[in-house]
Amino acid sequence: MDWLERTWRPALLLVAFLALWQVVTATGLIAPYLVPSPGDTLDVLVGKWPYIWQHTWVTTYETVLGFVIAAVVGVLAAVAMVYSGTVEKTLYPILLFAQVIPKIAIAPLFVVWLGFGLGPKVLVAVLIAFFPVVISMVTGLKSVDTEMLELASTMGGGPLKTFVKIRFPASLPHLFSGLKVAVTLAVTGAVVGEFVGANEGLGFVILQANGNLDTPMLFAGLIVMSVVGVVLFVLLELAERFVLPWHVSRRGSAVTTTI
Amino acid sequence: MTVTLGTAAVEIDSVAVHFRSKKIDVTAIREVSLDVAPGEFVSIVGPSGCGKSTLLKLVSGLLKPSSGTVRLLGDPVTGPRHDIGYVFQRAALLEWRSARKNILLQAEMRGMSSVDAGKRADELIEMTGLTGFEDALPHELSGGMQQRVALCRALLHEPRVLLMDEPFGALDALTREQMNVELHRIWRETGTTVLLVTHSIAESVYLANRVVVMTARPGAVQEVIEVSLPEVRRYSETMARPEFSSTAAHIRSLLGAGGSDD
Repeated sequence: MDWLERTWRPALLLVAFLALWQVVTATGLIAPYLVPSPGDTLDVLVGKWPYIWQHTWVTTYETVLGFVIAAVVGVLAAVAMVYSGTVEKTLYPILLFAQVIPKIAIAPLFVVWLGFGLGPKVLVAVLIAFFPVVISMVTGLKSVDTEMLELASTMGGGPLKTFVKIRFPASLPHLFSGLKVAVTLAVTGAVVGEFVGANEGLGFVILQANGNLDTPMLFAGLIVMSVVGVVLFVLLELAERFVLPWHVSRRGSAVTTTI
Repeated sequence: MTVTLGTAAVEIDSVAVHFRSKKIDVTAIREVSLDVAPGEFVSIVGPSGCGKSTLLKLVSGLLKPSSGTVRLLGDPVTGPRHDIGYVFQRAALLEWRSARKNILLQAEMRGMSSVDAGKRADELIEMTGLTGFEDALPHELSGGMQQRVALCRALLHEPRVLLMDEPFGALDALTREQMNVELHRIWRETGTTVLLVTHSIAESVYLANRVVVMTARPGAVQEVIEVSLPEVRRYSETMARPEFSSTAAHIRSLLGAGGSDD
Protein backbone atom coordinates (compact mmCIF):
# COMPACT_ATOMS: atom_id res chain seq x y z
CA MET A 1 0.00 0.00 0.00
CA ASP A 2 2.92 2.24 0.77
CA TRP A 3 4.19 1.61 -2.73
CA LEU A 4 0.80 2.47 -4.23
CA GLU A 5 0.65 5.66 -2.16
CA ARG A 6 3.97 6.82 -3.58
CA THR A 7 3.28 5.77 -7.14
CA TRP A 8 -0.20 6.93 -8.04
CA ARG A 9 0.62 10.61 -8.50
CA PRO A 10 3.50 10.25 -10.96
CA ALA A 11 1.60 7.41 -12.68
CA LEU A 12 -1.40 9.68 -13.15
CA LEU A 13 0.81 12.39 -14.62
CA LEU A 14 2.35 9.87 -17.01
CA VAL A 15 -1.10 8.70 -18.16
CA ALA A 16 -2.17 12.32 -18.67
CA PHE A 17 0.96 12.91 -20.73
CA LEU A 18 0.31 9.83 -22.88
CA ALA A 19 -3.29 10.95 -23.42
CA LEU A 20 -2.14 14.40 -24.50
CA TRP A 21 0.42 12.82 -26.82
CA GLN A 22 -2.33 10.61 -28.32
CA VAL A 23 -4.71 13.57 -28.80
CA VAL A 24 -2.07 15.81 -30.35
CA THR A 25 -1.00 13.15 -32.87
CA ALA A 26 -4.43 11.64 -33.59
CA THR A 27 -6.00 15.00 -34.41
CA GLY A 28 -3.17 15.77 -36.83
CA LEU A 29 -2.20 18.85 -34.85
CA ILE A 30 1.42 17.83 -35.32
CA ALA A 31 2.55 15.93 -38.40
CA PRO A 32 3.48 12.27 -37.76
CA TYR A 33 6.96 12.71 -39.24
CA LEU A 34 7.63 15.26 -36.48
CA VAL A 35 5.97 13.46 -33.58
CA PRO A 36 4.82 9.87 -34.09
CA SER A 37 1.72 8.61 -32.26
CA PRO A 38 2.12 6.51 -29.12
CA GLY A 39 0.75 3.57 -31.09
CA ASP A 40 3.35 3.85 -33.85
CA THR A 41 6.09 4.14 -31.27
CA LEU A 42 4.82 1.06 -29.45
CA ASP A 43 4.67 -0.84 -32.75
CA VAL A 44 8.33 -0.13 -33.33
CA LEU A 45 9.23 -0.99 -29.75
CA VAL A 46 7.52 -4.37 -30.01
CA GLY A 47 8.14 -5.15 -33.69
CA LYS A 48 11.81 -4.25 -33.72
CA TRP A 49 12.50 -5.36 -30.14
CA PRO A 50 15.40 -7.76 -30.93
CA TYR A 51 17.20 -4.95 -32.79
CA ILE A 52 16.58 -2.42 -29.98
CA TRP A 53 17.45 -4.93 -27.26
CA GLN A 54 20.77 -5.76 -28.86
CA HIS A 55 21.78 -2.10 -28.94
CA THR A 56 20.38 -1.46 -25.45
CA TRP A 57 22.81 -4.03 -24.09
CA VAL A 58 25.72 -2.27 -25.74
CA THR A 59 24.79 1.10 -24.21
CA THR A 60 24.06 -0.44 -20.81
CA TYR A 61 27.42 -2.20 -20.83
CA GLU A 62 29.27 1.02 -21.68
CA THR A 63 27.30 2.93 -19.04
CA VAL A 64 27.87 0.45 -16.24
CA LEU A 65 31.56 0.05 -17.07
CA GLY A 66 32.02 3.82 -17.16
CA PHE A 67 30.06 4.27 -13.95
CA VAL A 68 32.02 1.65 -12.04
CA ILE A 69 35.35 3.07 -13.14
CA ALA A 70 34.19 6.60 -12.24
CA ALA A 71 32.98 5.41 -8.83
CA VAL A 72 36.20 3.59 -7.95
CA VAL A 73 38.56 6.29 -9.22
CA GLY A 74 36.33 9.03 -7.76
CA VAL A 75 36.27 7.49 -4.29
CA LEU A 76 40.04 6.93 -4.31
CA ALA A 77 40.68 10.49 -5.50
CA ALA A 78 38.38 11.87 -2.80
CA VAL A 79 40.13 9.88 -0.07
CA ALA A 80 43.52 11.07 -1.30
CA MET A 81 42.29 14.67 -1.37
CA VAL A 82 40.79 14.56 2.11
CA TYR A 83 43.84 12.93 3.67
CA SER A 84 46.50 15.01 1.92
CA GLY A 85 46.40 18.78 1.71
CA THR A 86 49.03 18.67 -1.03
CA VAL A 87 46.97 16.30 -3.17
CA GLU A 88 43.87 18.44 -2.64
CA LYS A 89 45.62 21.68 -3.56
CA THR A 90 47.14 20.04 -6.65
CA LEU A 91 44.15 18.06 -7.85
CA TYR A 92 41.12 20.18 -7.00
CA PRO A 93 41.73 23.12 -9.39
CA ILE A 94 42.53 20.69 -12.19
CA LEU A 95 39.37 18.73 -11.44
CA LEU A 96 37.29 21.90 -11.55
CA PHE A 97 38.91 22.91 -14.83
CA ALA A 98 38.32 19.44 -16.28
CA GLN A 99 34.69 19.65 -15.22
CA VAL A 100 34.26 22.96 -17.05
CA ILE A 101 35.48 21.52 -20.38
CA PRO A 102 32.38 20.32 -22.26
CA LYS A 103 32.86 16.57 -22.55
CA ILE A 104 30.69 16.55 -25.66
CA ALA A 105 33.20 18.83 -27.37
CA ILE A 106 36.16 16.57 -26.67
CA ALA A 107 34.37 13.33 -27.50
CA PRO A 108 35.45 13.47 -31.18
CA LEU A 109 39.05 13.65 -30.02
CA PHE A 110 38.57 10.41 -28.07
CA VAL A 111 37.38 8.72 -31.25
CA VAL A 112 40.57 9.86 -32.97
CA TRP A 113 42.62 8.51 -30.09
CA LEU A 114 40.77 5.33 -29.21
CA GLY A 115 38.91 4.39 -32.40
CA PHE A 116 35.29 3.36 -32.88
CA GLY A 117 35.15 0.66 -30.23
CA LEU A 118 34.15 0.62 -26.58
CA GLY A 119 36.96 2.96 -25.49
CA PRO A 120 35.69 6.46 -26.27
CA LYS A 121 32.14 5.74 -25.01
CA VAL A 122 33.36 4.44 -21.67
CA LEU A 123 35.84 7.31 -21.40
CA VAL A 124 33.15 9.96 -21.91
CA ALA A 125 30.88 8.17 -19.41
CA VAL A 126 33.73 8.05 -16.87
CA LEU A 127 34.57 11.73 -17.31
CA ILE A 128 30.96 12.84 -16.93
CA ALA A 129 30.20 10.58 -13.94
CA PHE A 130 33.49 11.17 -12.12
CA PHE A 131 32.84 14.69 -10.82
CA PRO A 132 29.70 14.11 -8.71
CA VAL A 133 31.35 11.06 -7.15
CA VAL A 134 34.45 13.00 -6.09
CA ILE A 135 32.50 15.99 -4.80
CA SER A 136 30.02 13.93 -2.80
CA MET A 137 32.71 11.68 -1.34
CA VAL A 138 34.87 14.64 -0.30
CA THR A 139 31.82 16.26 1.31
CA GLY A 140 30.97 12.98 3.02
CA LEU A 141 34.46 12.39 4.40
CA LYS A 142 34.59 15.96 5.67
CA SER A 143 31.12 15.74 7.22
CA VAL A 144 32.43 13.79 10.19
CA ASP A 145 32.24 15.65 13.49
CA THR A 146 35.58 17.06 14.61
CA GLU A 147 34.60 15.92 18.10
CA MET A 148 34.14 12.39 16.82
CA LEU A 149 37.61 12.49 15.29
CA GLU A 150 39.06 13.90 18.50
CA LEU A 151 37.41 11.10 20.42
CA ALA A 152 38.87 8.60 17.98
CA SER A 153 42.36 9.95 18.60
CA THR A 154 41.90 9.50 22.36
CA MET A 155 40.82 5.92 21.66
CA GLY A 156 44.14 5.23 20.00
CA GLY A 157 42.89 3.29 16.98
CA GLY A 158 45.12 5.06 14.47
CA PRO A 159 44.14 6.55 11.11
CA LEU A 160 43.22 3.26 9.40
CA LYS A 161 40.75 2.14 12.05
CA THR A 162 39.35 5.67 12.23
CA PHE A 163 38.78 5.57 8.49
CA VAL A 164 37.23 2.10 8.42
CA LYS A 165 35.01 2.46 11.49
CA ILE A 166 34.12 6.16 11.45
CA ARG A 167 34.96 8.23 8.39
CA PHE A 168 34.07 5.84 5.59
CA PRO A 169 30.67 4.73 6.95
CA ALA A 170 29.85 8.36 7.80
CA SER A 171 30.53 9.39 4.20
CA LEU A 172 28.26 6.76 2.62
CA PRO A 173 24.99 8.78 2.59
CA HIS A 174 26.75 11.55 0.69
CA LEU A 175 28.49 9.06 -1.59
CA PHE A 176 25.19 7.43 -2.51
CA SER A 177 23.61 10.75 -3.53
CA GLY A 178 26.66 11.36 -5.71
CA LEU A 179 26.48 7.86 -7.20
CA LYS A 180 22.81 8.32 -8.11
CA VAL A 181 23.59 11.51 -9.99
CA ALA A 182 26.62 9.87 -11.56
CA VAL A 183 24.79 6.84 -12.92
CA THR A 184 22.24 8.92 -14.80
CA LEU A 185 25.04 11.07 -16.19
CA ALA A 186 26.94 7.96 -17.25
CA VAL A 187 24.05 7.02 -19.58
CA THR A 188 24.33 10.46 -21.19
CA GLY A 189 28.08 10.01 -21.50
CA ALA A 190 27.81 6.65 -23.21
CA VAL A 191 25.21 7.92 -25.68
CA VAL A 192 27.26 11.04 -26.46
CA GLY A 193 30.21 8.76 -27.11
CA GLU A 194 28.06 6.78 -29.52
CA PHE A 195 26.84 9.91 -31.30
CA VAL A 196 30.39 10.83 -32.20
CA GLY A 197 31.23 7.58 -33.86
CA ALA A 198 29.70 4.16 -33.40
CA ASN A 199 28.09 1.28 -35.23
CA GLU A 200 26.14 -0.02 -32.27
CA GLY A 201 24.35 1.22 -29.15
CA LEU A 202 21.25 3.34 -28.58
CA GLY A 203 23.05 6.51 -29.65
CA PHE A 204 23.75 4.84 -32.96
CA VAL A 205 20.09 3.70 -33.21
CA ILE A 206 18.86 7.24 -32.62
CA LEU A 207 21.30 8.78 -35.06
CA GLN A 208 20.31 6.25 -37.76
CA ALA A 209 16.61 6.82 -37.13
CA ASN A 210 17.18 10.55 -37.30
CA GLY A 211 18.95 10.25 -40.64
CA ASN A 212 16.05 8.19 -42.06
CA LEU A 213 13.39 10.51 -40.58
CA ASP A 214 12.20 7.37 -38.76
CA THR A 215 10.71 9.27 -35.81
CA PRO A 216 8.91 6.25 -34.27
CA MET A 217 12.27 4.46 -33.96
CA LEU A 218 13.88 7.66 -32.66
CA PHE A 219 11.22 7.93 -29.95
CA ALA A 220 11.51 4.25 -29.14
CA GLY A 221 15.28 4.70 -28.70
CA LEU A 222 14.77 7.69 -26.43
CA ILE A 223 12.26 5.82 -24.27
CA VAL A 224 14.50 2.78 -23.87
CA MET A 225 17.46 5.01 -23.04
CA SER A 226 15.46 6.73 -20.29
CA VAL A 227 14.34 3.38 -18.95
CA VAL A 228 17.99 2.26 -18.73
CA GLY A 229 18.79 5.35 -16.68
CA VAL A 230 15.79 4.87 -14.41
CA VAL A 231 16.53 1.18 -13.84
CA LEU A 232 20.17 1.90 -12.90
CA PHE A 233 19.00 4.68 -10.56
CA VAL A 234 16.49 2.37 -8.88
CA LEU A 235 19.15 -0.33 -8.48
CA LEU A 236 21.30 2.17 -6.62
CA GLU A 237 18.38 3.19 -4.42
CA LEU A 238 17.87 -0.46 -3.53
CA ALA A 239 21.57 -0.85 -2.80
CA GLU A 240 21.39 2.23 -0.57
CA ARG A 241 18.46 0.78 1.34
CA PHE A 242 20.45 -2.39 1.87
CA VAL A 243 23.71 -0.70 2.87
CA LEU A 244 22.32 2.24 4.84
CA PRO A 245 19.06 1.18 6.49
CA TRP A 246 19.77 3.58 9.36
CA HIS A 247 20.04 6.52 6.98
CA VAL A 248 17.11 5.66 4.72
CA SER A 249 14.79 5.19 7.69
CA ARG A 250 15.76 8.59 9.06
CA ARG A 251 15.42 10.64 5.96
CA GLY A 252 11.92 9.37 5.12
CA SER A 253 10.60 8.81 1.63
CA ALA A 254 11.68 12.06 0.01
CA VAL A 255 14.44 11.82 -2.56
CA THR A 256 17.44 13.78 -1.34
CA THR A 257 20.51 14.69 -3.28
CA THR A 258 23.39 16.90 -2.29
CA ILE A 259 24.19 17.95 -5.82
CA MET B 1 49.22 0.82 39.75
CA THR B 2 52.35 2.61 38.59
CA VAL B 3 51.38 5.83 40.30
CA THR B 4 52.60 6.05 43.88
CA LEU B 5 50.26 7.35 46.51
CA GLY B 6 50.30 11.10 46.71
CA THR B 7 51.14 11.64 43.03
CA ALA B 8 48.53 13.88 41.43
CA ALA B 9 46.35 12.37 38.70
CA VAL B 10 46.54 15.61 36.77
CA GLU B 11 49.23 18.25 37.19
CA ILE B 12 48.83 21.47 35.24
CA ASP B 13 51.87 23.67 35.76
CA SER B 14 51.74 27.36 34.70
CA VAL B 15 50.17 26.59 31.36
CA ALA B 16 49.36 29.26 28.76
CA VAL B 17 47.66 28.88 25.37
CA HIS B 18 47.84 31.39 22.51
CA PHE B 19 45.98 30.92 19.26
CA ARG B 20 47.39 32.69 16.26
CA SER B 21 44.82 33.51 13.60
CA LYS B 22 45.53 35.56 10.46
CA LYS B 23 45.51 39.00 12.02
CA ILE B 24 45.26 38.75 15.77
CA ASP B 25 46.83 36.64 18.46
CA VAL B 26 44.31 35.37 20.97
CA THR B 27 45.34 34.31 24.43
CA ALA B 28 42.87 31.64 25.50
CA ILE B 29 44.60 30.76 28.74
CA ARG B 30 46.93 33.23 30.40
CA GLU B 31 48.25 31.16 33.26
CA VAL B 32 46.74 28.13 34.93
CA SER B 33 48.21 25.81 37.53
CA LEU B 34 46.11 23.06 39.03
CA ASP B 35 46.73 19.69 40.68
CA VAL B 36 44.01 17.08 40.84
CA ALA B 37 44.38 14.19 43.26
CA PRO B 38 43.56 10.60 42.23
CA GLY B 39 39.86 9.92 42.68
CA GLU B 40 39.05 13.58 43.09
CA PHE B 41 36.10 15.27 41.38
CA VAL B 42 36.95 18.79 40.23
CA SER B 43 34.44 21.12 38.54
CA ILE B 44 35.60 24.02 36.42
CA VAL B 45 33.30 27.01 36.00
CA GLY B 46 33.88 30.36 34.37
CA PRO B 47 32.47 32.86 31.88
CA SER B 48 32.01 31.74 28.26
CA GLY B 49 35.24 31.69 26.33
CA CYS B 50 37.47 31.59 29.41
CA GLY B 51 39.28 28.50 28.17
CA LYS B 52 37.57 25.84 30.28
CA SER B 53 37.23 23.45 27.35
CA THR B 54 40.75 24.31 26.23
CA LEU B 55 41.98 23.14 29.62
CA LEU B 56 40.43 19.68 29.08
CA LYS B 57 41.97 19.50 25.62
CA LEU B 58 45.36 20.19 27.17
CA VAL B 59 44.92 17.40 29.69
CA SER B 60 43.86 14.94 26.96
CA GLY B 61 46.74 15.96 24.74
CA LEU B 62 44.43 17.01 21.89
CA LEU B 63 46.01 20.44 22.21
CA LYS B 64 49.57 21.44 23.09
CA PRO B 65 50.15 24.34 25.50
CA SER B 66 52.12 27.33 24.23
CA SER B 67 54.06 27.25 27.46
CA GLY B 68 54.01 25.30 30.71
CA THR B 69 53.61 21.58 31.21
CA VAL B 70 50.77 19.12 31.75
CA ARG B 71 51.29 15.76 33.41
CA LEU B 72 48.70 13.04 33.45
CA LEU B 73 49.09 10.12 35.86
CA GLY B 74 52.71 11.11 36.31
CA ASP B 75 53.67 11.24 32.62
CA PRO B 76 54.11 14.48 30.65
CA VAL B 77 51.36 14.91 28.03
CA THR B 78 52.93 15.18 24.58
CA GLY B 79 50.17 13.95 22.26
CA PRO B 80 46.62 12.53 22.38
CA ARG B 81 46.38 10.34 25.47
CA HIS B 82 44.64 7.00 25.39
CA ASP B 83 44.30 6.53 29.15
CA ILE B 84 41.42 8.98 29.55
CA GLY B 85 37.69 8.98 28.88
CA TYR B 86 36.17 12.01 27.16
CA VAL B 87 32.56 13.19 27.10
CA PHE B 88 31.50 16.21 25.04
CA GLN B 89 28.38 18.35 25.19
CA ARG B 90 27.10 16.60 22.09
CA ALA B 91 27.00 12.84 22.47
CA ALA B 92 28.91 12.41 19.15
CA LEU B 93 27.52 8.93 18.51
CA LEU B 94 27.84 7.02 15.25
CA GLU B 95 24.30 7.04 13.92
CA TRP B 96 24.58 3.67 12.16
CA ARG B 97 25.54 1.84 15.34
CA SER B 98 23.22 0.70 18.09
CA ALA B 99 23.71 2.06 21.62
CA ARG B 100 25.69 -1.03 22.61
CA LYS B 101 27.86 -0.97 19.50
CA ASN B 102 28.55 2.72 20.03
CA ILE B 103 29.83 1.87 23.49
CA LEU B 104 31.91 -0.96 22.05
CA LEU B 105 33.57 1.38 19.53
CA GLN B 106 35.97 2.24 22.34
CA ALA B 107 36.99 -1.43 22.59
CA GLU B 108 37.27 -1.94 18.83
CA MET B 109 39.48 1.10 18.40
CA ARG B 110 41.72 -0.11 21.22
CA GLY B 111 41.77 -3.73 20.15
CA MET B 112 40.41 -4.86 23.54
CA SER B 113 39.25 -8.45 23.87
CA SER B 114 35.64 -8.49 22.73
CA VAL B 115 34.53 -10.85 25.51
CA ASP B 116 35.83 -8.57 28.27
CA ALA B 117 34.53 -5.48 26.50
CA GLY B 118 31.10 -7.04 26.03
CA LYS B 119 30.88 -7.90 29.74
CA ARG B 120 32.02 -4.45 30.74
CA ALA B 121 29.56 -2.82 28.31
CA ASP B 122 26.69 -4.81 29.82
CA GLU B 123 27.72 -3.71 33.32
CA LEU B 124 27.82 -0.07 32.25
CA ILE B 125 24.50 -0.37 30.42
CA GLU B 126 22.95 -1.62 33.61
CA MET B 127 24.70 0.97 35.77
CA THR B 128 23.46 3.86 33.61
CA GLY B 129 19.93 2.53 33.20
CA LEU B 130 20.22 1.85 29.48
CA THR B 131 18.91 -1.69 29.82
CA GLY B 132 16.33 -2.31 27.11
CA PHE B 133 17.84 0.29 24.80
CA GLU B 134 20.99 -1.64 23.81
CA ASP B 135 19.85 -2.15 20.24
CA ALA B 136 18.31 1.28 19.68
CA LEU B 137 19.93 3.58 17.14
CA PRO B 138 21.03 7.00 18.42
CA HIS B 139 18.18 8.86 16.69
CA GLU B 140 15.71 6.65 18.54
CA LEU B 141 17.14 7.76 21.90
CA SER B 142 16.39 10.92 23.89
CA GLY B 143 19.17 13.44 24.53
CA GLY B 144 19.68 12.11 28.05
CA MET B 145 19.89 8.53 26.81
CA GLN B 146 22.39 9.51 24.11
CA GLN B 147 24.56 11.18 26.72
CA ARG B 148 24.42 8.04 28.87
CA VAL B 149 25.70 6.06 25.88
CA ALA B 150 28.54 8.59 25.47
CA LEU B 151 29.33 8.21 29.18
CA CYS B 152 29.40 4.41 28.94
CA ARG B 153 31.70 4.66 25.93
CA ALA B 154 34.02 6.95 27.91
CA LEU B 155 34.10 4.51 30.83
CA LEU B 156 34.41 1.23 28.91
CA HIS B 157 38.19 0.95 29.17
CA GLU B 158 38.09 1.92 32.87
CA PRO B 159 40.08 5.14 32.45
CA ARG B 160 41.62 6.57 35.60
CA VAL B 161 40.74 10.08 34.46
CA LEU B 162 37.41 11.15 32.98
CA LEU B 163 37.18 14.49 31.18
CA MET B 164 33.68 15.95 30.76
CA ASP B 165 33.08 19.07 28.69
CA GLU B 166 29.62 20.43 29.56
CA PRO B 167 28.19 16.93 29.20
CA PHE B 168 24.67 17.88 30.29
CA GLY B 169 24.53 21.36 28.76
CA ALA B 170 22.04 20.36 26.08
CA LEU B 171 19.64 18.54 28.39
CA ASP B 172 16.46 19.85 29.99
CA ALA B 173 16.64 20.79 33.67
CA LEU B 174 14.97 17.66 35.01
CA THR B 175 17.04 15.23 32.94
CA ARG B 176 20.10 17.17 33.93
CA GLU B 177 19.34 16.67 37.64
CA GLN B 178 18.86 12.95 37.07
CA MET B 179 22.15 12.77 35.22
CA ASN B 180 23.88 14.65 38.04
CA VAL B 181 22.60 12.13 40.55
CA GLU B 182 23.74 9.26 38.35
CA LEU B 183 27.14 10.76 37.68
CA HIS B 184 27.65 11.22 41.42
CA ARG B 185 26.79 7.57 42.01
CA ILE B 186 28.99 6.36 39.13
CA TRP B 187 31.90 8.44 40.32
CA ARG B 188 31.58 6.96 43.81
CA GLU B 189 31.33 3.43 42.41
CA THR B 190 34.25 3.69 39.99
CA GLY B 191 36.61 5.95 41.92
CA THR B 192 37.60 7.67 38.69
CA THR B 193 39.24 11.09 38.76
CA VAL B 194 36.81 13.51 37.09
CA LEU B 195 37.39 16.93 35.56
CA LEU B 196 34.01 18.49 34.74
CA VAL B 197 33.55 21.71 32.79
CA THR B 198 30.11 23.18 33.36
CA HIS B 199 28.05 26.37 33.20
CA SER B 200 25.81 25.34 36.04
CA ILE B 201 26.89 26.47 39.48
CA ALA B 202 24.52 24.03 41.18
CA GLU B 203 25.94 21.13 39.18
CA SER B 204 29.51 22.16 39.91
CA VAL B 205 28.94 22.29 43.66
CA TYR B 206 26.74 19.22 43.96
CA LEU B 207 29.23 16.95 42.19
CA ALA B 208 32.67 18.22 43.12
CA ASN B 209 35.24 18.03 45.90
CA ARG B 210 36.64 21.29 44.59
CA VAL B 211 35.34 23.95 42.23
CA VAL B 212 37.81 25.90 40.10
CA VAL B 213 36.45 29.35 39.20
CA MET B 214 38.15 30.88 36.18
CA THR B 215 38.37 34.52 35.13
CA ALA B 216 37.14 35.83 31.79
CA ARG B 217 39.43 35.50 28.78
CA PRO B 218 42.35 35.27 28.89
CA GLY B 219 41.57 32.53 31.38
CA ALA B 220 43.30 32.14 34.71
CA VAL B 221 42.31 30.52 37.98
CA GLN B 222 40.39 33.07 40.03
CA GLU B 223 39.77 30.89 43.05
CA VAL B 224 39.69 27.22 43.99
CA ILE B 225 36.86 26.44 46.40
CA GLU B 226 36.75 23.38 48.64
CA VAL B 227 33.22 21.96 48.80
CA SER B 228 32.50 20.91 52.35
CA LEU B 229 29.62 18.56 51.69
CA PRO B 230 29.37 14.93 52.83
CA GLU B 231 30.80 12.15 50.63
CA VAL B 232 27.40 10.70 49.83
CA ARG B 233 25.06 13.39 48.52
CA ARG B 234 21.35 12.93 48.07
CA TYR B 235 20.15 15.53 45.65
CA SER B 236 17.35 17.49 47.32
CA GLU B 237 18.90 17.04 50.75
CA THR B 238 22.21 18.42 49.51
CA MET B 239 20.52 21.34 47.79
CA ALA B 240 18.84 22.27 51.06
CA ARG B 241 22.09 22.37 53.04
CA PRO B 242 23.38 25.79 54.12
CA GLU B 243 26.95 24.85 53.02
CA PHE B 244 25.57 24.23 49.53
CA SER B 245 23.82 27.61 49.32
CA SER B 246 26.75 29.55 50.74
CA THR B 247 29.26 27.86 48.37
CA ALA B 248 26.99 28.45 45.37
CA ALA B 249 26.44 32.06 46.41
CA HIS B 250 30.19 32.58 46.75
CA ILE B 251 30.84 31.18 43.25
CA ARG B 252 28.02 33.28 41.83
CA SER B 253 29.52 36.42 43.35
CA LEU B 254 32.93 35.52 41.85
CA LEU B 255 31.39 35.11 38.42
CA GLY B 256 29.47 38.36 38.73
CA ALA B 257 26.13 38.91 37.04
CA GLY B 258 27.16 36.64 34.18
CA GLY B 259 26.84 33.46 36.22
CA SER B 260 23.71 31.40 35.84
CA ASP B 261 22.33 28.86 38.22
CA ASP B 262 20.22 26.28 36.46
